[in-house]
Amino acid sequence: MAELARAPIAAPRRLPRLRRFLDGDLLWSFRRSPVTVGAAVVAFVIIGSAIAAPWVAPHNPYDLASVNLMDATDPPVWLHGGSWAYVLGTDNQGRDVLSTIIYGTRLSLLVGVLAVVAALILGVALGLVAGWSGGIVETMIMRVADVQLSFPAILIALLIDGVARTMLPHNVQAEIAIYVLIVSVALSNWVHFARTVRGSTLVERNKEYIQAARVIGVRPWRIVTGHLLPNVLGPVLVIATINLATAILTEATLSFLGVGLPPTQPSLGTLIRVGNDYLMSGDWWIALFPGIWLALLILSVNLLGDWLRDALNPKLR
Amino acid sequence: MAEPQALVEIRDLKRYFDVSPPPLERLLQRKPRAWVKALDGVSFTIRRGETFALVGESGCGKSTVARCLVGLYRPSAGKILFDGIDLAGLNRRKTAVPLRRRMQMIFQDPYASLNPRWRVRRIVAEPLVTHGLVGSRAERDARVAELLVQVRLSPEDGDKFPHEFSGGQRQRISIARALAARPEFLVCDEPTSALDVSVQAQILNLMKDLQSAFRLTCLFISHNLAVVYQVSDRVGVMYLGRLVEIAAAEQLFARPLHPYTRLLIDTIPRLDPVDGAAAEREPVAGEVPNPIDPPPGCAFHPRCPFADARCRAERPELIEADGALVACHAVAEGRLAPAALTTSSHPGATGRAGPSGKLAL
Repeated sequence: MAELARAPIAAPRRLPRLRRFLDGDLLWSFRRSPVTVGAAVVAFVIIGSAIAAPWVAPHNPYDLASVNLMDATDPPVWLHGGSWAYVLGTDNQGRDVLSTIIYGTRLSLLVGVLAVVAALILGVALGLVAGWSGGIVETMIMRVADVQLSFPAILIALLIDGVARTMLPHNVQAEIAIYVLIVSVALSNWVHFARTVRGSTLVERNKEYIQAARVIGVRPWRIVTGHLLPNVLGPVLVIATINLATAILTEATLSFLGVGLPPTQPSLGTLIRVGNDYLMSGDWWIALFPGIWLALLILSVNLLGDWLRDALNPKLR
Repeated sequence: MAEPQALVEIRDLKRYFDVSPPPLERLLQRKPRAWVKALDGVSFTIRRGETFALVGESGCGKSTVARCLVGLYRPSAGKILFDGIDLAGLNRRKTAVPLRRRMQMIFQDPYASLNPRWRVRRIVAEPLVTHGLVGSRAERDARVAELLVQVRLSPEDGDKFPHEFSGGQRQRISIARALAARPEFLVCDEPTSALDVSVQAQILNLMKDLQSAFRLTCLFISHNLAVVYQVSDRVGVMYLGRLVEIAAAEQLFARPLHPYTRLLIDTIPRLDPVDGAAAEREPVAGEVPNPIDPPPGCAFHPRCPFADARCRAERPELIEADGALVACHAVAEGRLAPAALTTSSHPGATGRAGPSGKLAL
């Protein structure tokens, strides 16, 4: 046993975090997939332009002084009557369609991301609690989830949105419309997270590494956060990306139905609704371009989510 | 084996599992409640420094004993004393955790017992972090490197994920993690049964080395008698939630007392028939009865060639016989002489006095 007693043994040096990332498999698998690179470029353009809207957009659609009603419903630049000032044409109020799209994407993304984050936190927490504790707690959480799942998400969102609107005073409604929207979209989406997480938790909690942690004496809270959470998060990430797309769509639908964001603060859904009124009069660009933008955004987000799921699975590396 | 004093003492341990149908079904169809008696009164002691092995067929309750010991299951009844302290009485975390540090467990399946998303360094360091045994990160890394070398892995392996290792290497990681908190008592629940035969020997040798280096007391659970013979000092044979025989390993393999033990030892495949006799193997007759509805009297009587009316009615308790503990009426009454039976009924039996090297591992 002389060799066992030999001490001390030098610990190997750790690579710096950035080096590890650049050398890592994640970047390699990204570069190898042209579809993913394409989706990333599209997503980067759409999301990047939305974030940098004030510097990227040719006009400020919120600045009423720069909007001229005389320019209303101008066609895109390549059609007769179009001009380079309004590349994708103008809407019914004379606002530049490209600029409203960029600013609208900002709001759509904000609502979508915050709603998904809220739904994820709520759903993952409830799913973990249900799967870990079992018994009456699990039954209650999952029955609520089942009942909610039997209604379409859009109906739930409409309900919450409608109730909030009647309960809140009129003068604050326009200001907090966006928060009401986030909450209603989040509450209509948490069930998917909770069900998935509960399912994975039931599988993982009986595995021996969880038992090993219990034998070591790790606190239940740390077992749940340190062992369970990372192992149930894989599917959650995929659901989150798909849900980001759904959340943006739900928001767009609510806005399209007129209970979402007001036309003074137009999201992509609001833009499509406004444009919808002008479709029959031949001004198709008001609705079509926001629609294409929305479709591209959702498609690229979904493709990135698929790639991330495969890339983050250590067993597939 | 400096102090022959008991480190672990188990007294009349019982563990029942509720397998009743749901309440509504019980009410409507008048189905009774049902319990699986996984452990039905198990008592034994493990002395400091020794390796105690539990053997038996699948489902006899070996793993349940291990799980009760390390606190994964709460016993239905009975006492578990560790170093004189009753584990069942420790409900508070504050008192239970320092005691838990002193006992660790190695699991059966090396593919499931390591968190797939953690790097090996973090896995091995978990007991250190949990019990606050190391201060700085550098100290922790050094200790992990030391542990990895002790289980014959390289310190650089700490950067890898479990899926980059083979089954044997993963089991080494498991051992490193179990040893990290410097436990005194190690529960090994079939640590080699998921491994290749050649790797099994490596792991067993490693465990033997580490055991003597760190003066560990072990509870070794296995259904592989050849492995048990190699590693253990004393052996307890379990059948259907009860211990039927406890004896020193040498004695158990040389002169098994209980009919069930004899049957088990007869099933060991041997490479070379001793004394030129043909390797004659008795097939195991019958099956393990349903533990929900165990037979009355001695649980082994339906399969036992020596059972009589008393065996079918009265349950035998562990009694001392020939330096061992055995629960058998036939042995107690002298109907079944230990040496006589072995030699007369099985020609090759004398060869089993020294099975070392003759067992197919």
